[in-house]
Amino acid sequence: MGLIDIKGLTKRFEKRAVLDELTLAINAGDRIALIGSNGAGKTTLFRCLLGQYRYQGSVQFGDDKAARRDVSALSRISFVPQLPPPLRMSVGELLSFAERGAGASRDALCDISSRMGIELEEVRRQPFYRLSGGQKQKILVTIALARQVDLMIFDEPAANLDPAARAVFIDLLAARKETSMLIASHRLEEVAPLVNRVIELDRGTVVLDDSVIDRLKAGAYRRCRIELAEAHPTFGDALAGWGFSADQAARSFEGQIPSGDTLRFLGLLSRYASLIEHLSLVSHDEKGS
Amino acid sequence: MNSAHSGAPRASLGLMMRLELTESLRSRWFHFYALVLIGLMLLLILTGVSESRVLGFTGLSRLLVTYIQIAMAVLPLFIIVVTARSMVGDREAGNLEYMLAFPVGLAAWFWGRFLARLLLILAPVLLALALAAAYGAVKGHEIPWSHVGLYSGLVAALATCFLGLGFLLSAISRSTEVALGASLLIWLLLVALLDLLLLSILIKAQMPPDMVIGVALANPLQSFRTASMILFDPQLILLGPASYVILDFFGVTGYVVWALTYPSALGLGFAGLGYIRFKRGDLV
Repeated sequence: MGLIDIKGLTKRFEKRAVLDELTLAINAGDRIALIGSNGAGKTTLFRCLLGQYRYQGSVQFGDDKAARRDVSALSRISFVPQLPPPLRMSVGELLSFAERGAGASRDALCDISSRMGIELEEVRRQPFYRLSGGQKQKILVTIALARQVDLMIFDEPAANLDPAARAVFIDLLAARKETSMLIASHRLEEVAPLVNRVIELDRGTVVLDDSVIDRLKAGAYRRCRIELAEAHPTFGDALAGWGFSADQAARSFEGQIPSGDTLRFLGLLSRYASLIEHLSLVSHDEKGS
Repeated sequence: MNSAHSGAPRASLGLMMRLELTESLRSRWFHFYALVLIGLMLLLILTGVSESRVLGFTGLSRLLVTYIQIAMAVLPLFIIVVTARSMVGDREAGNLEYMLAFPVGLAAWFWGRFLARLLLILAPVLLALALAAAYGAVKGHEIPWSHVGLYSGLVAALATCFLGLGFLLSAISRSTEVALGASLLIWLLLVALLDLLLLSILIKAQMPPDMVIGVALANPLQSFRTASMILFDPQLILLGPASYVILDFFGVTGYVVWALTYPSALGLGFAGLGYIRFKRGDLV
């Protein structure tokens, strides 16, 4: 079922096209990792979806007529920006606004914030801008998750979160199986277990649109062999965590990974790409076969 | 999308007003502004202005006239600079990006902020006027309620005018610096077109008097100034020969009505243009 239909979306700043004739369909149930280098057009795409930019082309929500900024559509979208805004209002006032103006549930706000590691009663009276970066991000994530929406848009959502909150955040997102997601992240390995589709933008156009779930079937594995140019204890430890065995020189590793975790695993490898001399991934059906 | 459209949550005008009020009440600009306007009244009371006499005016009327003339210098500059600066600042800081991602209509957002700011701007002035009335009652002065009411109205009209201008500038400007520069330039231009400078222009450039008076009438600062004078100087002796044209054309009541309605209409017009520009352009 079509959730959002984007056709020929072009956004120019002065004469430079940041989004260039971008055509994309987002279906209900899509959990999309939006990747791309800085300036690829991720944030601009979000702002167009949220009706904050004028653009050429069309962005249509469901069967609604294409309108630049449709309040009904916005009531079904929650959003967390890359950088928390320096709002002067108190946390309590922001939460109250989210409840009254955007349908956030009070119980859900309390429950989610508690799981994220922030007690609302402790910060309720504080001005939002006075919170730490991590606290602000937790509040924004809490508000986004406490709303009953069809689509969640996150722009680098976990950037300011500590590891514990990040893990809870991923779990909370994973539990929202009925909600579509569009997540921009530089840490693909972090969101990889959540997504079933990866879209890469480059200079405002889609250069990769891969439906992960079709090929990374649950229950299938990939045998992996890695050879390094030189031993690297930290990388070795990380591979041991994935159940890999190493040779005596700690330069050659072998193991297998669940296919569904391929993206997360590749995310790990990407950090050590300069060390890797050989890499092979071979699909097979059963663990250990 | 599968949700029903009716009953979908959305932020109302009232909710946006409340949000802007709570946001601005925490802002330094409001604290400073309230301190200046209320402090000014307290200062005038303490210095015993009400006991002095000018053109036969003494007591509370004298206090109010002095206050309103000084307020005219502070109010427009403060309103236009703060409004234009803070609205553009919200955009630059990312506040608009986040808040406008909520289901809030642009009309509710824009006009809710406008009305909330108008309330915030008027509150300290009205409080200062109430302080003056209370002081007059304690000292046994006769309280000129008609003057208090008219000054309140004139201040509201002037505030609406410059608030609307500030909202227009904030909708047009893409950076705080541009908004600030444009605000100062417009304020200076309006001050330059006040009666004294206009008189020198008239003498030097030998412009037609009707044109000069027309420019003066179109200047909301001048309309406020003249109307505040007309209350204690109905013959406009202080204004000189221009008073004949004004009084012949408007009369005292007519001019007060003009000074109340024209700046208000101008401000609402500016704000309306700002809204159209805001709605049609990039929001962030």
